[in-house]
Amino acid sequence: MSLNNSILTLVTFLPLAGAVLLMLFPRRDRDIRWFAMAVSVVTFILSLHLPAHFDASKGFQFETNIPWITTPNIHYHIAIDGISLWLVVLTTFLTPLCVLVSWKNIHGEAKEFFVLLLALETAMIGVFISLDMFLFYVFWESTLIPMALLIGIYGHDRRVYAAVKFFLYTMVASVFMLAAILWLYGKTGSFDYTVVQAAIHSGQIEGLGYAAVWLFLGFFIAFAVKVPLFPFHTWLPDAHVEAPTAGSILLAGVLLKMGTYGLLRFNVGFFPEQAHIHAPWIMALAVIGIIYGALVALVQPNLKKLIAYSSVSHLGFVVLGIFALNTAGTDGAVYQMLNHGVSTGALFALAGILYDRRHTYEIKEFGGLASVMPRYATLFLFITLSSVGLPLLNGFVGEFLILSGAFSAKALYGVLAASGVILSAGYLLWLYQRVFFGKVTQPVNLTLPDITPREQAVIWPLMAAALVMGIMPSYFLQQIEPSVVGTLQSAAATAARVLPAITSFGGR
Amino acid sequence: MTANLHLWLIPLLPLLGAAINGAFGKRFSRQLVSAVGLAGSGAAFLYALWIASQYSALATAMPIVDKTLGTWIKAGTFQADFAFQLDQLSFVMLLIVTGVGFLIHVYSVGYMWEESGYYRFFCYLNLFLFFMLTLILAANYLLMFIGWEGVGLASYLLIGFYFTKDSAANAGKKAFIVNRIGDFGFLIALFLLIQHFGTLDFTLLADKIVPLGSEAGWGLLSSIGVLLMVGAAGKSAQIPLYVWLPDAMEGPTPVSALIHAATMVTAGVYMVSRSHVIFDRAPQALLVVAVIGCATAFFAATIGICQTDIKKVLAYSTVSQLGYMFLGCGAAAYSAGVFHLMTHAFFKGLLFLAAGSVIHSLGGEQDMRRMGGLRKEIPWTFWTMTAGTFAIAGFPFFAGYYSKDMILWKVSQHNPILFGFGLLTAFITSFYMFRLWFMTFFGERATAEAGHGHHDQAPAAHGHDDHGHDGHGHGHAGGHAHESGWLMLFPLVVLAILSVIGGWMVGGGEGFAKFLSPVFSVGLAADPTEVAGGMSEGFVSALATVAFLLGLGLAWFLYVRRKNIPAQIAQNLGGIYSAVLNKYWVDEIYATVIVNPMMAISRTVLWQGIDRKVIDATLDDAAAGANQLSGEVRKMQSGNIRSYAAWVAAGAVLVVGYMMWMGAAR
Repeated sequence: MSLNNSILTLVTFLPLAGAVLLMLFPRRDRDIRWFAMAVSVVTFILSLHLPAHFDASKGFQFETNIPWITTPNIHYHIAIDGISLWLVVLTTFLTPLCVLVSWKNIHGEAKEFFVLLLALETAMIGVFISLDMFLFYVFWESTLIPMALLIGIYGHDRRVYAAVKFFLYTMVASVFMLAAILWLYGKTGSFDYTVVQAAIHSGQIEGLGYAAVWLFLGFFIAFAVKVPLFPFHTWLPDAHVEAPTAGSILLAGVLLKMGTYGLLRFNVGFFPEQAHIHAPWIMALAVIGIIYGALVALVQPNLKKLIAYSSVSHLGFVVLGIFALNTAGTDGAVYQMLNHGVSTGALFALAGILYDRRHTYEIKEFGGLASVMPRYATLFLFITLSSVGLPLLNGFVGEFLILSGAFSAKALYGVLAASGVILSAGYLLWLYQRVFFGKVTQPVNLTLPDITPREQAVIWPLMAAALVMGIMPSYFLQQIEPSVVGTLQSAAATAARVLPAITSFGGR
Repeated sequence: MTANLHLWLIPLLPLLGAAINGAFGKRFSRQLVSAVGLAGSGAAFLYALWIASQYSALATAMPIVDKTLGTWIKAGTFQADFAFQLDQLSFVMLLIVTGVGFLIHVYSVGYMWEESGYYRFFCYLNLFLFFMLTLILAANYLLMFIGWEGVGLASYLLIGFYFTKDSAANAGKKAFIVNRIGDFGFLIALFLLIQHFGTLDFTLLADKIVPLGSEAGWGLLSSIGVLLMVGAAGKSAQIPLYVWLPDAMEGPTPVSALIHAATMVTAGVYMVSRSHVIFDRAPQALLVVAVIGCATAFFAATIGICQTDIKKVLAYSTVSQLGYMFLGCGAAAYSAGVFHLMTHAFFKGLLFLAAGSVIHSLGGEQDMRRMGGLRKEIPWTFWTMTAGTFAIAGFPFFAGYYSKDMILWKVSQHNPILFGFGLLTAFITSFYMFRLWFMTFFGERATAEAGHGHHDQAPAAHGHDDHGHDGHGHGHAGGHAHESGWLMLFPLVVLAILSVIGGWMVGGGEGFAKFLSPVFSVGLAADPTEVAGGMSEGFVSALATVAFLLGLGLAWFLYVRRKNIPAQIAQNLGGIYSAVLNKYWVDEIYATVIVNPMMAISRTVLWQGIDRKVIDATLDDAAAGANQLSGEVRKMQSGNIRSYAAWVAAGAVLVVGYMMWMGAAR
């Protein structure tokens, strides 16, 4: 099975190779688009090899581990488990849709745009597959630059402000993670995730007792800003509002997941006892984020800001599920990462379709569109329902598992977070009503063309994903769960050794 | 009969209809759309009839569980399957939903024929049946929850069917959100069940809960019961969550009949009955159910007295009758609650359809003050509606008489106060229904001017500006009323027959209770159908009949004999009258106390306050400070890809260099 050994490398670097080739292309937009599309589609098809040949009974797989630099001891160590598997596929799934979404609406040089998009894809996949922390950090930071440039060059009016804000926020926060990584390297002489994890859990690292809390917080800050967890969220609305549509889709769909992925992989995976100690206030922040994000979304006059704040709320659910530290909650959290990528990615794509027609996101500019764009209205409704967590669509499964897990971990948090379910129906249905129902209020909207076949080709795959994930969650969960259980068990075991008194936290 | 029944097919048949009409209906002719819609609902009904024909063979094997479709969600030890179940309770519901549902599909062909969006209507209607059938056939709470939320969606879509009207769009949204508040309680109840019993499967839960004793005080089961009741209050429009149902009348009238009278709104009653194992052991929760039901029954009935929109009267009547059903359930007489659910589906479905026929015949008029004397112009509608009115008011041996008596009798054995209010509500019900009957069909047709004169006195009562609610203005509001076509009359006649004989047909309350006793006697020492003591059933019947006669008599006196009195009463009562007329200002209170403050706080405190002034300002200051410190470093942000790349490369070199140095030092 030689493909099993090289498939991850292939999937990761094919987009980058495509980007490099694209730089050599002449500036003929049509060829550039088709080439970018071909590269991203082939990447997606290749990535389907992963779930098809994934063995849920094993941990990390499709592994490659070769020394890269001997001093310092850096390896090219990549592999995936059930937690990262579908995040990789989500990334390769969303990228071709982003190419399609950007088919005609690039204001500026199309070539650089698609180069950045493909380079970004490589960096994002790299984050999810790296088992060497140095490699992880390089990929992590590498996502920043193309994304900041996509916002800063191809964004809207206040694009530079938003790009700088985005860049600085996440850059500064990452420094704390870098410090933690370097400390661990100093003690263990390794960047390898599994080696370092084993060393930490064995309790052999000198000085870890005092440092653990700072290491935990170092990773936590970097990830919490990325998620973004309340109160670190204010960069997100600005970034989204200014970003081009494709940028928003990847930002919400994938980049935010890097934060929640990191929380689960590093904060819980490395420092289980710290995770247990800090879970109460982190869950509290998550609950605040859920309600706060939803309430602020309720009063947004701007379509994209509304979706951005809804992301704050939805990602709060993910963090809540992770720090419930039980199977249901964490299963749900991983699943919700995927759901949010699909639903919110689709919402941003839909918002972009309106922007392409009217060049505004102000909700009051619309109204009565269901009469003018009936097909578009139907698709928008479907995605709205997936986002509000209607059963049989994807959002419900994740939310239900998270809330159920959070409830058994700490009932009050489960109850408070469940109120987010009411609010999400509130802000999304009200949005829907203001945009689509009533009579057409602006004459200019009377002549808006309905959704085009190309635009439909963006939305239909996302709708299909929402439906499949809503009806057949057990297919995904049976691949996700063993890795989640593995992470939680080693966490529980370590925590039990270090902190015998609080192992009851989290229940089953 | 042990062969697989393939119960999952029953909900899937209408789903297929919805999918076909949804995907291709736009290109279909109206005939084809109707055929698909009727086939979807009719096939489910035929399936139900086939099961009924096999009933005697199946009964011994009940509950029959079908797990053909496999697992839905599995996480840790928790599992929920796509499992469907048939027992006596779901069997009764199945017949009601598919039977009344099919009749209303037939009616809709006639009623909606002229509407644009005809295919959309039938797509939604079939979709509703899919979710409703899932709800009643589910073998676990989570699958039930699919149906539960799904019927809410269908309701949202159908209330907002005339989406260009703001009032319709508002009503749809309100229904969905208020229902979500109820679902919040439902969800918490499910979490408690998962946490303590590890499953949501009805049979497994019963196995675990039955051995538990009755809770003396307030315990786990009481909490679960009350939370379930919160969910039921949302779906079945009970205090304090009833406010969405009257607004839901913005939907086309067949929708009001099917969803907001006969089927969906009774889902809460079904769910409480389905959860009887829990409630049986939680007397506190049962009391809550009974009190909410009784209070709603009484409260909504009083509002019904003053409404002048024919559909609004029926809407408040529905809220009130649903309260009755909960009152029955709260007395642990689930079969009485379900019995009333069934008879109510007949007569209230009928009343709405007949009201739709009246509205249709008048070209969209819904204000009863502009009706009158219609009995000769639309005799079929009149006679069927008469059957429905007598049935709901409790005319002896009509359907409503049996079920209402059963509830009142059971309640009389539990709680005299609740019984008193129940009886009073029976009187009020009789009064407002005959008021409707007299105003619509007797006397003289009010002229347009007179109608308007009245109208000006009570502008707040209802949104008059939006008249022609159903978009049903065919332009002969002032002209001669015309009888509806046979497609609309046929369902009326069938439901009228059921309203008359529906209670007697199943052997009255005792016969019905006996039929359901295999379900409701699970986990009980004594058969729940046998209760002794208190007032005799005959005495309660007599009291209820007196209430019926008093209501009829008073309505006759005020609306036939001395028509000037109601206006005088209204004037003399002043404040009380205006409170009732304005539905006690409950909507306004909710808006002022909850919705508006929430929006204001979200906007000024959270968004513009905390987000912008606190967090952003702090960080901007910090960034500005850092900027001054590093004026040179600022040049990094040149916006140039190559310079960024160079900086990152330089940074990497620095880091690697640092580590080489550190590695060497080790």
